[in-house]
Amino acid sequence: MIRTYALLAWTWTRAAAQYPLSFALMTAGGLVVGGLDIAVIWVIFANTDALAGFGLTEVMFLYGASQLAFALADMLFGNVDRISQHIGAGTLDVMLIRPVSPFVQVAADRFTPHRIGRSIQAGAVLAVGLTRLDVPLGRVWMVPVMVVSGIVIFTALFTLGGALQFLLTAAPEVANAFTYGGATLTQYPLSVYDTRVVRGLTFVLPLAFVNWQPGLYVLGRPDPLGLPSWTGLLSPAAALTLAAVAALAWRAGIRRYRSTGS
Amino acid sequence: MIEADGVGRTFTVRRRVVHAVRDLSFRVAAGEFVACLGPNGAGKSTTIKMLTGILTPTSGRIRVAGLDPSRRRTALARRIGVVFGQRTTLWWDLPLRDSLELVRLLYKVDRKVFRERLDEMCDLLDLGGFLATPVRQLSLGQRMRGDITAALLHDPAVLVLDEPTIGLDVVSKAEVRDFLRRLNAERGTTVLLTTHDLGDVERLCRRVLLIDHGRLALDGTLDDLRATAPGVTSIEEVVAGLYLRSRTTPRTPPPAPRPAPDGPSGRA
Ligand SMILES: Nc1ncnc2c1ncn2[C@@H]1O[C@H](COP(=O)(O)OP(=O)(O)OP(=O)(O)O)[C@@H](O)[C@H]1O
Ligand SMILES: [Mg+2]
Repeated sequence: MIRTYALLAWTWTRAAAQYPLSFALMTAGGLVVGGLDIAVIWVIFANTDALAGFGLTEVMFLYGASQLAFALADMLFGNVDRISQHIGAGTLDVMLIRPVSPFVQVAADRFTPHRIGRSIQAGAVLAVGLTRLDVPLGRVWMVPVMVVSGIVIFTALFTLGGALQFLLTAAPEVANAFTYGGATLTQYPLSVYDTRVVRGLTFVLPLAFVNWQPGLYVLGRPDPLGLPSWTGLLSPAAALTLAAVAALAWRAGIRRYRSTGS
Repeated sequence: MIEADGVGRTFTVRRRVVHAVRDLSFRVAAGEFVACLGPNGAGKSTTIKMLTGILTPTSGRIRVAGLDPSRRRTALARRIGVVFGQRTTLWWDLPLRDSLELVRLLYKVDRKVFRERLDEMCDLLDLGGFLATPVRQLSLGQRMRGDITAALLHDPAVLVLDEPTIGLDVVSKAEVRDFLRRLNAERGTTVLLTTHDLGDVERLCRRVLLIDHGRLALDGTLDDLRATAPGVTSIEEVVAGLYLRSRTTPRTPPPAPRPAPDGPSGRA
């Protein structure tokens, strides 16, 4: 799987390298979008010292963790929620006759490394936040765990969005609402939202496990909703559960695939 | 090598159930060369897609090279080659040589074996002149040769082709036919193709499967096909007669020889 992904990604990277200008423009575009997000946070903190009880460095930490996870998931697997294009164009037929998982083929299709820019940007925000936070060594190990769990959660969402497109053709928009919407929601401490929203994001669509719950654990903060502090440690379990659901949905989608009439 | 027993496939289009294929049964032995004929919309492509694991049948049982295509799709992919005349299996933006190299890596074909096969194919299919051209810039005939090469790099036991001669000029057509004939005769590769070109059938196939309204209407030799219209000499006219007759028969439920086990029940 990893070998195949690397192979396809490398092939597309070489193909993209033939158009360096477009590569540069797309990288720049990604950085501008990320820069705007960060600018919003700066503007907020120019007017106040705390956002829902969280200081600037804490918000930087939460923002950096979720955006790093999202940017990496998007770079590696974001294509999966554009599978309706392959269904419509008939290229999925071709992927299905090869001895490699169609998931990997769709994910790696037209891979361009330009999105690495967003990841570096988010990673820098996370690193700056962490160095200014003074997290005790006993809890800092949770940071890589939460980033990896976040990657898995976002990848599972992309996959669910892709699986939905085997049933509905208008699904890309719906799927984007969950994936890109999820990335935006997790930019801020979840306590800025209504408690019903936070409950939904904890128990239904486990976005709270991307950076909020594990972030509270790392920061040593009590949960405003009163959940125990070890809830944050459940991130890997939440991520794997969602991934299992996504994998089943994907398989069901492939079996239900109808191809095209011509 | 290929076994189909009571295979059916339905599509639900705006709440209406379309029986693309129904109760199709046939067997193809190793080393055979079989053509699948039938009017437009008969269910040929749907059949090919079920044999290759792209579509899951709604009913019936399929075995290709001993495997159930929809359950063992990736394992099957190593043993069969597939060519779609209407659609390339190569990467649009990559030069043909890079596309073939990628196929080599995906199928884990040994580098040395690959070079030998590619040399052989270059000889037989005259690929040399356009190996460096991006696939999107290839002419239809060149692309088809590239596609056939890609389908055979891993030396599959079965080759399945959906309209491989569509849009080819007379010379290209003759070359592709000659190539397929030799592949079947010399390597013993089992070949199943669909076509609307009866020249393909006359020059290549000892056996014909005629599909009509998703059912097997005839399974026999070219002579069996001729026997359906005594006195008519041209094979084109024989087939035209059969297709015209099929148009006048109603499309919806012709009496099934046995209760058709289709429907969404067999899907899961
Ligand atoms: N994905 C699909 N969704 C809905 N209906 C389909 C689909 N694929 C095929 N069909 C229907 O199934 C029937 C058989 O189609 P198929 O493509 O197998 O025919 P064919 O024999 O290959 O025809 P042609 O000679 O025109 O290529 C047609 O009525 C077609 O409309
Ligand atoms: Mg067809």
